[in-house]
Amino acid sequence: MAGLITMDDLSNDEIQSILEDAERLLPVAEGKIYLPLLQGKILGNLFFEPSTRTRMSFETAMKRLGGDVVNLGDVKTSSVVKGETLFDTIQMVDGYTDIIAMRHPRQGAAQYAQDAARVPILNGGDGAGHHPTQTMLDLFTIKQAHGRLDGLKVILAGDLRYGRTVHSLSHALTRFGCELIFASPKLLRMPAEIVEDLTAHGANVVETEDLLSSLAEADVVYMTRIQKERFADEDEYNRVAGAYKLHASNLEGTKEGMIIMHPLPRVDEIHPSVDKTRHARYFQQAFNGVVARMALLCRLLGVKVPEDISPAGGEL
Amino acid sequence: MSQEHNMRRVTAIRNGTVIDHIPSGQAMRVLEMLNMNKTTSVPVSMVMNVPSKKMGTKDIIKVEDRELTQDELNRLALVAPEAHVAIIRAYSVAEKMTIQIGEEVTNVVRCTFSNCITTNQREPLAHRLRVMGREPLVLRCHYCGRPQDLEKLISNLL
Repeated sequence: MAGLITMDDLSNDEIQSILEDAERLLPVAEGKIYLPLLQGKILGNLFFEPSTRTRMSFETAMKRLGGDVVNLGDVKTSSVVKGETLFDTIQMVDGYTDIIAMRHPRQGAAQYAQDAARVPILNGGDGAGHHPTQTMLDLFTIKQAHGRLDGLKVILAGDLRYGRTVHSLSHALTRFGCELIFASPKLLRMPAEIVEDLTAHGANVVETEDLLSSLAEADVVYMTRIQKERFADEDEYNRVAGAYKLHASNLEGTKEGMIIMHPLPRVDEIHPSVDKTRHARYFQQAFNGVVARMALLCRLLGVKVPEDISPAGGEL
Repeated sequence: MSQEHNMRRVTAIRNGTVIDHIPSGQAMRVLEMLNMNKTTSVPVSMVMNVPSKKMGTKDIIKVEDRELTQDELNRLALVAPEAHVAIIRAYSVAEKMTIQIGEEVTNVVRCTFSNCITTNQREPLAHRLRVMGREPLVLRCHYCGRPQDLEKLISNLL
């Protein structure tokens, strides 16, 4: 069965249909209704590098739907440290589970795992490559706020070079005809091959180093963390990263419905003063990880999400 | 200088394979890609930088007593995509072959991206590069999706 390795695995219609499933599953994700659609199914969580939100939200999603989860656990104590190949690890977990969620430090690992496995693989991040389940929850969050995905003006800011979330998201937004503004320091610009890909697919892309002057026109501002270790020294980091921080005072004159998103964890690129503004959407976004992944688990396991999810199904 | 003259720079072979229309200077790489630079025991002749109507100058290789297979020839797509190949039997051309590059280049070269999953040499699945464009040749790794620099790729022969 096919998994989800990159956003190219889903058509625009499939994306919309999965987001509609997610919308209906909200009361289940919130714990208001118990709907064991995935009872008897087992998710294998294979996280070869650290993850908090992605791993936990996959686990929560599976359990809210009555399914079960087995974890690889700490890589340091698993057979990986003994030199087991990814191929062999996948052969083993493939036999134990019905679906696998995986994060791996090497790019291409998810496709490799899918080629080695019979069960579907959900790519939870492969090196600086793709992170499509994050993209699905990002799209869900955007649609929740704006009621649509098409024709929005979206700023992606911060580390666009190494941030896999912005790579997958920019591809998806291009498919829905969004206008993209990439605001980043020169050192951390969106990789040229991605910009080329996007423009070849008809994207309207503007690259700038000036985040603040673009804010007024944006419908979505997607912030990412700039890591100190990307810079030669701390002075350089402080000088550059300072231009990619948002404070509540920066938000005057922005559109009423503009939302600020962040894949989290944040360090200091979004000041806590922003949290209480109507624009802050990052914690909601993190919660949406559960509902988006619930919809994806159902879709990849071939389980139909009912049209009517009413309390009659088992209100708690 | 005629085509015939080029061919006669090296004695005609009785049986074997002639690879013609190799871009000038690429003959050594062609031998390397066919794994014939070290391990072969059959006679191999090579001429380099001879005049060509079509290419200006070109290289030619003659391999005696060995008929290369289509799969072996397809390995040459990276360095000599327009090479013409003749299988010789009893001093005559018995078969003509051209390089056919399909949808994928499989198990010829390793992806050039240092963080690709395939850099772990113990991983057993095939090395696969997808053909995204033919003229010029554009390849992307099937796994990591990175576009490949052909110059670097040639030094990543398997």
